[in-house]
Amino acid sequence: MTARLPPGLQLEKVDDRIMTLNVGPQHPGSGHMRLIIKVDGDYIVSCDPDPGYVHRGEEKMAEYRNYITNIPHLERPVIHDSCNILYPYCLGVEELLGIEVPERAKYVRVIASELNRFTYTLYWLGIYGIFLGHSTMFMWPMGDREFAIDLLEKLTGARVTHSYFVPGGIRNDAPANFEDVCLRQINYLEKRLKTYADIFYDNPILIARTEKTGVLSREDAIRLGTTGTVLRASGVDYDVRTKEPYDVYDELDVHTNVLKNGDSYDRSKTPWLDMLESCNIIRQALEKMPKSGSVRVKLKPNPKGGNDEVYKRVESGRGSLGVYIVSRSKPEPYRVKLSVGSFRNLICMPYLLKGEKLGNMPAVYWSLNYWPVEADR
Amino acid sequence: MSDSDTSIQETETKPVVENQQELPKFEKDHSDKITAKFGSKTEIAFVKPDRIRVNVKKEDILDVASFIRDELNYDHAESVTGVDFPADKEIEVVYHLGSYTDPQLSRQVLSLATRAPREDNPNPGNDSTKLPSLRDIFYSVEFHERECFEMLGVFFEGHPDNRRLLLPEDWADLPPLRKDFAIKGR
Repeated sequence: MTARLPPGLQLEKVDDRIMTLNVGPQHPGSGHMRLIIKVDGDYIVSCDPDPGYVHRGEEKMAEYRNYITNIPHLERPVIHDSCNILYPYCLGVEELLGIEVPERAKYVRVIASELNRFTYTLYWLGIYGIFLGHSTMFMWPMGDREFAIDLLEKLTGARVTHSYFVPGGIRNDAPANFEDVCLRQINYLEKRLKTYADIFYDNPILIARTEKTGVLSREDAIRLGTTGTVLRASGVDYDVRTKEPYDVYDELDVHTNVLKNGDSYDRSKTPWLDMLESCNIIRQALEKMPKSGSVRVKLKPNPKGGNDEVYKRVESGRGSLGVYIVSRSKPEPYRVKLSVGSFRNLICMPYLLKGEKLGNMPAVYWSLNYWPVEADR
Repeated sequence: MSDSDTSIQETETKPVVENQQELPKFEKDHSDKITAKFGSKTEIAFVKPDRIRVNVKKEDILDVASFIRDELNYDHAESVTGVDFPADKEIEVVYHLGSYTDPQLSRQVLSLATRAPREDNPNPGNDSTKLPSLRDIFYSVEFHERECFEMLGVFFEGHPDNRRLLLPEDWADLPPLRKDFAIKGR
């Protein structure tokens, strides 16, 4: 008997008509992952996503570090959405340790996580633009992103990897003039975002390219367990910020943007509508925020959770982000599981790409608001 | 009643919630429905605000999961987590289930947990560490179960596509999220 290669390394006997195409992992069209695509002429017959190229074992590392030293490495899967990926972890540890966060810290957290939605979504929008051959849509978001990054730098001290949220509040208070600068820049950013409609979302070329490609019906979106912008573009009204409000989201008026068609166009538009909504949220939060007060509860050194477990979730730029922490009365968590939106949306890739033209692959792939590094963890 | 008594005092590694004076009503009603249907086959580990955890044996998980989907209207899985318990010689798999279609359940996450036997020298797919796959009931667990298989060596019977997902195809070491797989230097 001949030696059998492990699955995935075997060469398949392929039909004369059908050709296997490896997209990635180095190819920029697929991010840091490989798509094994079979094409018949110009049409995709099947697609097998093969993530794991940037798997770093975050969950394993978390079992060796205590609740505080876990913070910097747990944000690494999405460095430009780092507040949102730390948010459920901090909420979970707070519940395990029984900490109540000061009111001002809750508002600053909301502002920081909404600013992070800008930095993530504008980055994603730039990539989406350039893969559709629209280089202005690459330059503009990358430039406007600097406004949000400047604000976050002012707030946290770092441009991308903030490590700003800690169990018990935030690491340091906002600087004195932060509210004025934030309000001014958010108003400007909102004005800029509205111009994106003229150049990108109302552009007939984009509409022709993305409308009715990769249609995900409402039933399939629910059955496949998708989340975030993919789900809302398919007509499901679900946003963790309104359905299960955490921190002070229940005191803010959050509008959920739901689109009906579930095609690539709607999926690319939902994040943009979410950013416009973020402007409203930040303005409300700045208004309601207590002007002074403590922002952090001091923890005991090496705090221990009880014999308990907790599952917390927030709405990140890519959808619901859940963290499951199992604690066994030790300073280190027994198990940390990140249930990330990118990994949950990965399942639609084979369904959406089947039957599409190969040229539409980037339009469908990037509309899923997918971040390979986060999916691999 | 003697059955239910023995099932409560199981291993002490399971989370214990004490001093719970008043259980949240909506969640309590939900867990009571499961208990009324399956009796001593299921064990309600805790009922917290918005969170319920149900422990079942692996023989019953398909029935309980179908009941949760059809009668309680949970429609998708948010995550599937494997947790290794070497002291019990068991690996626990926790399904976090949610609902998009039922507005009453939009805050709820139901954890459905089951345990598979664990072997010290694992041979993933060919040893006794096996569980029935929930893929036919909750379609969304497909990739989550693949991840659980490679990371903890739990083979899901009935899963159509039991291949590696994140790890390299030629990975020959222990499943990395088991507790006896040690990180270098730690």
